[in-house]
Amino acid sequence: MSASARSDLLDVRDLSLRFKGAKANVVDGVSFSVAAGSTLCIVGESGCGKSVTALSLMGLLPMPPAEFVSGTARFDDRDLLSLSSRDLGDIRGNRMAMIFQEPMTSLNPVLTIGMQLTEPMIAHLGMSEEAAMEKAKKLLGMVGISEPDRRLAQYPHHLSGGMRQRVVIAMALACDPKLIIADEPTTALDVTIQAQILELMKDLTRELGVAMIIITHNLGVVARYADRVNVMYAGRIIESGVASDIYHRPRHPYTLALLKSVPRMDRQREAKLDPVDGQPPDLTKLDEGCSFRPRCRFAKDHCAESFPALEDIGDGHTSACFEKDNLEKEVKEVVG
Amino acid sequence: MSEAVTQKRNTRTGSSEGFDEVLVDVRDLKMYFPVTEGVFIPRVVAHVKAVDGVSFQIFRGETLGVVGESGCGKTTTGRCILQLEKPTAGEIIFYGDDITKYDSKQMIDVRKKIQVIFQDPYSSLNPRMKVGEIISEPMKVHNIITNEAERQKRVRYLLNVCGLASAFADRYPHEMSGGQRQRVGIARALAMDPEFIICDEAVSALDVSIQAQVINLLEDLRDEFDLTYLFISHDLSVVRHICHRVAVMYLGNLVELADGDELFENPLHPYTKLLLNAVPIPDPDIEKGRAHEIIKGEIPSPINPPPGCVFHPRCPIAVDNCKKEIPQLREVKPGHWVACTEV
Repeated sequence: MSASARSDLLDVRDLSLRFKGAKANVVDGVSFSVAAGSTLCIVGESGCGKSVTALSLMGLLPMPPAEFVSGTARFDDRDLLSLSSRDLGDIRGNRMAMIFQEPMTSLNPVLTIGMQLTEPMIAHLGMSEEAAMEKAKKLLGMVGISEPDRRLAQYPHHLSGGMRQRVVIAMALACDPKLIIADEPTTALDVTIQAQILELMKDLTRELGVAMIIITHNLGVVARYADRVNVMYAGRIIESGVASDIYHRPRHPYTLALLKSVPRMDRQREAKLDPVDGQPPDLTKLDEGCSFRPRCRFAKDHCAESFPALEDIGDGHTSACFEKDNLEKEVKEVVG
Repeated sequence: MSEAVTQKRNTRTGSSEGFDEVLVDVRDLKMYFPVTEGVFIPRVVAHVKAVDGVSFQIFRGETLGVVGESGCGKTTTGRCILQLEKPTAGEIIFYGDDITKYDSKQMIDVRKKIQVIFQDPYSSLNPRMKVGEIISEPMKVHNIITNEAERQKRVRYLLNVCGLASAFADRYPHEMSGGQRQRVGIARALAMDPEFIICDEAVSALDVSIQAQVINLLEDLRDEFDLTYLFISHDLSVVRHICHRVAVMYLGNLVELADGDELFENPLHPYTKLLLNAVPIPDPDIEKGRAHEIIKGEIPSPINPPPGCVFHPRCPIAVDNCKKEIPQLREVKPGHWVACTEV
């Protein structure tokens, strides 16, 4: 895979996390990397550990109760996981920034847009208030907000949801970050606004060379914007690869099941969707076997014995499944 | 579409699937919410025109989808049919009678036949009641089954129908996952043996794999109990999958109404086209080949909607006339209705 040959901007190795008192890891041995200017999507259902992974990298997970079990995360030749909170504070909002799902809760309701937008520039870049305001206007123009002068004096409640999310993106861009982590950036928005926001983010990666990690459960968004995809289940990455491999040559039963359970707008009224049976597992009750086994159609006896390791099957495509070679027939049915 | 299909069409907003008995007839429905100013002596200064003259019919046995962005009036339309809001104007004909004229006593009988499933299974179930009580309460209130043992039997039956074990009757909502709670919401709606269920974003809050389970359940129940659904959703992929006909709303107006497959393959209204274009398809190769035409701007305020066609400020094909003339819904193809003068 060419992305790994280039120097990666962020390189996470063997990240494991747990919450105090719990026996199981909420994130278990996760490794991935992101190259400059590329977009990595992390997909998975609620509770699979995708948001916790992102929050831990940003140092936004309260510790305790959370604690690192193992792992390194190299960003700019420094290990994010071993930095003091002060050093991490210098990087956060500066070299790397985060966009959250809820634009209403990630903006301070009692501060004007202008104050919130200039704060990181004044704090991190040492800009004067005037210079920061000038740049704030430019940023608002960049994210497609008209009348920046008026908007800077307004409060978050004056703005619509889509507008607020643009402000949050502008804040993330304020210090010219190299990496943006977006946790469900458009889930709370309408599809037309979602398209506007994602198109904007795509342009940013292209023009500014920003690397992007998008965390989402929307497989359509992933198909449209991802270069690489990590599929997570019960705290682990179970499949990873370039987007077209994941969608056209899935080699993990869970990925396949996800693809089979999404209704698609380009398909006629079908007879039936083919959902994954059962519920996602309770992380505290996992055994040593594969965590997807109880819901898996391909499970054999040996799946209960140990958790399959992520194995490379070529072109940077990895899958953690003992039965990965037996999926082909069903894959053909889905992909056609 | 085949001729057999088009032959069976009803005269007005006709269905293409051979559903020809009108169950609910919504005529020129308007719902204006007053905007007041002043704390002690509030006076009405404006109106939010949430629904502004919407007409459509729902046929027995079909699933009619209503799609649109937030604030387009799709939920308000559903709430008006349920009489949870008293419409400002218009008629809702159910079994030959205009139920907007009904008082609350008369509505009791209607409510047995029309049920609703809400989006949020967390807030639509009473946290202090056991699941069994939640499902049996409507039967008790409406005196459907007076015998307690019989009622419990039906609760267990409904739970099983919705894919839950009978033991769930003794649990509280907080002990269940989102998907299981939504199944309880569905079981409660079924308790009254309704004919018509309004599903307001019924699967929107659920994870992909659970969403598919609940969609399948809704489809199975539709066949088993001859249900009619009004399926309100912003998720166009789900609507494509489950609905026979689809209505598109924008800023309180119905802009397009057609057979589901027809609407998605051959959209006519410029808003529908842009809306469909915005929906990503889970296939990277298809996505690469699609032109991503982005709809500009945001929805204008429903307090002061644009004159003429409400969509004209964002419309790529608008002409001067669109600022003046209010387009009426017209049938441009059999069963395909659109409100645009430029189509």
